[in-house]
Amino acid sequence: MATHPHPQVAERELPPIQQIAIAVLVLIVIGGIYTAAHLPRHVPQAPTITLLALAAVLLGVNFVLLSRIENFAWDAFRLVAGWVLVAYIVIAGMLEYVFVYDDTRGTQLLILTLMLLVFAVNIPLLLGFSVARFQDPAE
Amino acid sequence: MASIAEPTPQAFSGARPRVTIVPLRLLPVVVVVIVGMVVAIATNSLWALDFYHVVGGGLWTGIDLFLGLVLGPIIGSMSIPARVELTSRLMPKLLLIMPTLVTMTLGAGFQLARKLGNLSASYPNHGWLVASYIVVGVMATIALGLLEPANIAVLFELRKPEPNGARIGRLMKVFIYTSGITGLMQIATLVIMTKLASS
Repeated sequence: MATHPHPQVAERELPPIQQIAIAVLVLIVIGGIYTAAHLPRHVPQAPTITLLALAAVLLGVNFVLLSRIENFAWDAFRLVAGWVLVAYIVIAGMLEYVFVYDDTRGTQLLILTLMLLVFAVNIPLLLGFSVARFQDPAE
Repeated sequence: MASIAEPTPQAFSGARPRVTIVPLRLLPVVVVVIVGMVVAIATNSLWALDFYHVVGGGLWTGIDLFLGLVLGPIIGSMSIPARVELTSRLMPKLLLIMPTLVTMTLGAGFQLARKLGNLSASYPNHGWLVASYIVVGVMATIALGLLEPANIAVLFELRKPEPNGARIGRLMKVFIYTSGITGLMQIATLVIMTKLASS
């Protein structure tokens, strides 16, 4: 194995941030499928609101877990997460445009917008963490 | 699936190409494609929506099948230096190509279905359409949750002066296996889409 300047950083146990981020993604995907399966009719809101709330709570938990990691490669995290966020703002913006263009309004639009927001924040967090966990904080 | 050899430190000792994470010179192509898709949706042009959905979907499915079922097993059986060389050139391009194709396919496809009235629950093949959402949802979860993080982490590892061979081996296993799974799932997409197109 190649020598590593900070092996304790490379191999240490970290919180299950990637697993939680995947759980958030699964919840948002299920919400998206449920919504798309009902459109253009009225979409029952209780299931989507429940999925959205669960996803938002898990995303919040992930931010707390992330903020508590000591000796983390924050520069690498910010580099990756920042650029991915830019890309996902464009993608989420495109989807929002399609919803508005197709006359989605009111509470349904609000729920979809919030789902997009959680999605667009969750993916940068996931990718930023996936890279930064293997980087040397000193670099 | 081919067995995947563990990289050794010697695998990275020779001269390696400078790894680019995102090939910036290709970004204008992506911008042109995305702007074209916005125009297609805004004008609701049947031909333009059909073009974006069929071309995007065909390329997405074809590339996934090729990567998962042909190139993935080949990469797994390649020598480590050859695998590193191929990966460091292929993955950055995939980082731009795949999200662009997925956005084209899904954006134009949803608008096309809406324009044609296929989203309605009274559409005879509504169940097949929902099945396609589920297949795409599972593929998106695998791609965004496992495949892309492994892909990007490998590229960053390869940029280090002393890459960690064992780590690259683990991450490449994730990439190769998830590519195989999404490749197999694309067969379901082909079945569903040809069913929808022929009825």
